[in-house]
Amino acid sequence: MALTGATLARLTRQEGGRTRSGGPPALIYRQFAVYRRNWVFFTTGFLEPVLYLFSIGVGVGALISGFEIRGQQVDYADFVAPAMLATSAMNGAVIDSTFNVFFKLKFQKIYDGVLATPMTTTDVARGEVGWAVMRGGVYSAGFLLVMLAMGLVGSWWAVLALPAAVLNGFAFAAVGMALTTYMRSWQDFELVQLALMPMFLFSATFFPITAYGEGVRWVIEATPLYRSVVLIRELSTGLVTLESAVSVVYLVAMGLIGMKIVSHRLDRLLLT
Amino acid sequence: MSPAAPDVSGAVPTAGEDGTAGMRVRLSGLRAIVGEVSSPARTDAASSGRGADPSGQGAMVSARGLCKAYGSFTAVDGIDVEVRRGEAFGFLGPNGAGKSSTMRMIAAVSPPGGGELRVLGLDPATHGSQIRSRLGVCPQEDTLDTELTVRENLLIYGRYFGLSRRHVAAKADELLGFFQLTEKRGARVDDLSGGLKRRLTIARSLINDPDLLLLDEPTTGLDPQARHTLWDKLFRLRQQGVTLVLTTHYMDEAEQLCDRLVVMDGGRIVAEGSPLQLIREHATREVAELRFGVGDHAEVAATVADLADRVEVLPDRILLYTDDGEEALAKVHERGLSPVAMLARRATLEDVFLRLTGRTLVD
Repeated sequence: MALTGATLARLTRQEGGRTRSGGPPALIYRQFAVYRRNWVFFTTGFLEPVLYLFSIGVGVGALISGFEIRGQQVDYADFVAPAMLATSAMNGAVIDSTFNVFFKLKFQKIYDGVLATPMTTTDVARGEVGWAVMRGGVYSAGFLLVMLAMGLVGSWWAVLALPAAVLNGFAFAAVGMALTTYMRSWQDFELVQLALMPMFLFSATFFPITAYGEGVRWVIEATPLYRSVVLIRELSTGLVTLESAVSVVYLVAMGLIGMKIVSHRLDRLLLT
Repeated sequence: MSPAAPDVSGAVPTAGEDGTAGMRVRLSGLRAIVGEVSSPARTDAASSGRGADPSGQGAMVSARGLCKAYGSFTAVDGIDVEVRRGEAFGFLGPNGAGKSSTMRMIAAVSPPGGGELRVLGLDPATHGSQIRSRLGVCPQEDTLDTELTVRENLLIYGRYFGLSRRHVAAKADELLGFFQLTEKRGARVDDLSGGLKRRLTIARSLINDPDLLLLDEPTTGLDPQARHTLWDKLFRLRQQGVTLVLTTHYMDEAEQLCDRLVVMDGGRIVAEGSPLQLIREHATREVAELRFGVGDHAEVAATVADLADRVEVLPDRILLYTDDGEEALAKVHERGLSPVAMLARRATLEDVFLRLTGRTLVD
């Protein structure tokens, strides 16, 4: 027990550097510390869309002559790649904001510890969603590089595809975390898969929306993944229209509403 | 220095949990040593302007008519509490008495259901963050971050307080040393024993140099040796001037650590005072315990009732409250009664609680 009077004295003395709260960056820093050791798990979410791009976009694409979008001929791989970019951002964001948040909320109970500090539920919401968005952003950036290397980027507009993918990640992370606060058990996450899988397959990811009849088309166009697929596709192909603005507004609104619900729900769950 | 001092001056074993430092220290001696070296530090800390609560030198915590209900269940039913700077204050009571609910309200993570509450002179409803930045909280269940190592738990917790990386790193190493966790610094939290986890939780709660340390059942579930190690640490902290508020359902813990305490039952405060005061007021000096085999304790109790000031009949034993336990036991023998077991002991807070509520503390 090498305890000197000096250490004892230091234990109670306040030293400089205290501000009121670490805020969302403190929580992001925590995730960073966790994944620094588990970087392998970090990469898995990135691989899936890349594999799809090679299998469907390139493999199946060789059998398809491509199609015309607004009078322009677009190769099949060019068509599929932006959809996979959107999916990649969605995956990254959803993994962290659903499964990982649920684990921390119900089993690890780390938020109880976090909220005993100056941190607030809004800090927790922003920190978790912020991290999820960063994860989605890293996936997107990686994917964009793959696209570039494969010659699948057709316009300087594609520079904006990264922020668009990040926006997509924000919308999905916020809503994903909001839904997670309502989950009671792991089984409830089957519902998340049930929602994500059809979106992934049918949001004009592998074939154009014109394949649908009028009624179904309206439904598809209202789904978030479709909005972000179209947005990113317009940017990566350079065929930008007013529809891009609609998508941006849609995704921003979705994210903000999600955030609001998360803070409110965390208050109700944790500050009782 | 403390009103409870004479009561705990007996030999109290303390030992490092790892067993290598298996030393026994007389707590009274330790008190003197620690008090000497740490008091100048305290003056230093106090003058650095940390205690800027608007209510002046007043209470660290003050509650009036504080209530809390969950649905139709009333957990806290109008309590008045005042915790003074530098003291160790305890909430003693059985499970479900409302201790933890009260602690959560004080910790500014649970909005009061009614009444008035001020912590560090501030209103938790409007100044939660400011209050929490000056609190250390050791919750009943460990909320350690199991995905991080021991040291990382401290580092990252410090970041939640907005402390600089350098400051936290130095502080973390200091706390690891103080709580004898340095060897475990790189270990995963899941691999720690219950006692070490508890020590880490308390270490973590000190990362921001709190003015007020809240400990909810700090030693529940620990083995005796680990408990004594923790008591020693808490005792040193108090010596440094940290105000402690703790809940416990162990009377020995309350007697060891608390200058002043309230006894809670069913959401209300049933008694208040120093451990000695409470024992003096609500119990006799000594207690003679009698245990008979299978038989009606109530019936036997009637035959010895005149030997004591008061007789308490429990399912497994009879308690005779008297100023001389040995003498009472001798008289029991004279009457030809032969208990299976008996002993004379000093009255404790357990007896106080039994007197006040008619029930034992730990069921």
